Amino acid sequence: MSEKIEFTEDRLKKVEEIIGRYPADRKKSALLPVLHLAQEQYGWVSSATMDYVAGLLDLQPVEVYEVATFYTMFHLEPVGKHVIEYCRTGPCSTMGGEDVYDHLKQKLGIKSNETTSDGLFTLKEVECLAACGWGPCFQIREKYYMHLDNQKIDEIIEDLSK
Amino acid sequence: MASDIKILTDKINIPGIETFEVYRKNGGYAAVEKAIKKMSPDEIVEEVKKSGIRGRGGAGFPMGMKWSFLAKPEGIPRYLVCNGDESEPGTFKDHYLMKNIPHLLIEGMIVSSFALGANKSFIYVRGELMYVIRILEKAIEEAKNAGFLGKNILGSGYDLELVVQPGGGAYICGEETALLESLEGKRGNPRNKPPFPAIKGLYQSPTVVNNVESIATTSWIINHGGDEYAKLGIGRSTGTKLISASGHVKKPGVYEIELGLPVEEFIYSDQYLGGIREGHQLKAVVAGGSSVPILPANLIMKTANGEPRLMSYESLSDGGFATGTMLGSGGFIAMDETTCIVRNTWNFSRFYHHESCGQCSPCREGTGWMEKVLHKIEHGHGKMSDIDLLVDVAKRIEGNTICPLGDAAAWPVGSAIRHFRDEFEWHITHPHEATQKGAVFMNKSILV
Ligand SMILES: Cc1cc2nc3c(=O)[nH]c(=O)nc-3n(C[C@H](O)[C@H](O)[C@H](O)COP(=O)(O)O)c2cc1C
Ligand code: SF4
Ligand code: FES
Repeated sequence: MSEKIEFTEDRLKKVEEIIGRYPADRKKSALLPVLHLAQEQYGWVSSATMDYVAGLLDLQPVEVYEVATFYTMFHLEPVGKHVIEYCRTGPCSTMGGEDVYDHLKQKLGIKSNETTSDGLFTLKEVECLAACGWGPCFQIREKYYMHLDNQKIDEIIEDLSK
Repeated sequence: MASDIKILTDKINIPGIETFEVYRKNGGYAAVEKAIKKMSPDEIVEEVKKSGIRGRGGAGFPMGMKWSFLAKPEGIPRYLVCNGDESEPGTFKDHYLMKNIPHLLIEGMIVSSFALGANKSFIYVRGELMYVIRILEKAIEEAKNAGFLGKNILGSGYDLELVVQPGGGAYICGEETALLESLEGKRGNPRNKPPFPAIKGLYQSPTVVNNVESIATTSWIINHGGDEYAKLGIGRSTGTKLISASGHVKKPGVYEIELGLPVEEFIYSDQYLGGIREGHQLKAVVAGGSSVPILPANLIMKTANGEPRLMSYESLSDGGFATGTMLGSGGFIAMDETTCIVRNTWNFSRFYHHESCGQCSPCREGTGWMEKVLHKIEHGHGKMSDIDLLVDVAKRIEGNTICPLGDAAAWPVGSAIRHFRDEFEWHITHPHEATQKGAVFMNKSILV
């Protein structure tokens, strides 16, 4: 896994813009936005990526590890093409979320934290996504999928499998 | 009698309201013009004080008072940080507001930053809402192009830059000092207080942290005056409040209510939730987000004294924790008779255990312990003594931690046992029945 980590030209420009948002001696504030940029490009955050980000922001690698491991949005292992982040919290469960989740697991033939053998889907359970009244819900990248039921799940999965 | 006046959501359904052009045509940014051209920062703070508005993020601290505590040492920058972390289960009102009418928040941020003397202000939004962050960034760009942000706003000499900061998925970053740590690029560990953010906040500088809804309200207060705002609502619960409703109601969603609206009207009238879903009865309500005490249906409708319960800070907390609850963030979760309270309590406990930052041992260990014991009871392996054990663990966490997440984890457990003890006991005495899918203990006397 010694893939060379290097941001695209666009992303490097974006990093400069982000750093410019904070006072000059507060570059570290750019860490979360830049980690998001990294995950956007690579799908997950490897230790090589963290080292690279540390270099961009003049931080010690450990400062980046500490942060990347604290925040649950960063995937520290390789993931499938589509990461389904399913809300497992109370209100969504109350609105039928548990049954819908069972159906989703069955449909994909995997459990939480697993990836389908074709590498298309990874399933993760997350806590409340601030969409409780529109639940059950999950998120794939930036998109929210709400008011889920078994039929909708089938449609979404079939659509993304094409 | 509560009216149906709307001050935050009155324009939310106008097509195109997310754009600067439409927002402006509908009276938007008038508060910025008035504040910057006609008022001094101190006059603005005074109006906010007069309005009596209390912070909408959950704690309900008077906003004007918080603003007046801000330290103003010479030569040191001051910051306004807007809390858009919104991760409290049951709460999705800020999400709704920011995605549908982003300029309302931007306008409020400009007015508030001017009042506090901040030249750089931040909006911290939970990272999962990246699509909302992009909406806000677009709105900021539009406002800047129109001269309402950036250098020398409306020719006044006042400069302001707004930055939207994404979180990374951590409920604890909603706690204001954890949020500041996170904004500094660190783990979201809450700070020891004092010093409070008003003295040493972001980058060790004086800082005000306010919720999205709180800040969005300031434009109306500037346009109409604090006294007008204070006429809305009831008693010390002035104004309107966004309530995000979920669970077994006919019409879940976000509603703006005038504070003082009877709970019964909120749940059953067609204007609001439209009642409990067909063929079912209300069993329990969590009225202000997962952290606040759960109440059985009879106690949410009426206080222990038989008074109708109102949607206000005071009425919801009437009776203290024995028979009352809190307005909190306005995350209103309704559950009908099919809901298993033990399962729901376990689910919430798992949430708090998952989200504890781990800095203090009562919270780190206690949340894990409660989750484990509740899991045992829910899955048919509980002992009678486990119930008192849970009460004991909850009590040991409460008040013994750096930040209020510990309390937030303890209250749902303590209140569920207080009001639904028979349901916990039934799980223990009927382990086989209790673990059947859909099986729920029924105490009809509390249903409404
Ligand atoms: C664990 C925890 C989570 C919190 N989450 C939020 C949140 O998501 N949004 C929010 O505005 N306030 C949240 N708060 C409250 C903030 O600490 C703070 O009181 C609030 O942002 C102040 O704004 P306000 O006075 O306008 O309500 C949280 C508090 C705690 C203890
Ligand atoms: S109470 Fe919990 S979340 Fe708050 S600082 Fe302590 S360990 Fe962290
Ligand atoms: S509980 Fe699922 S989005 Fe809040």
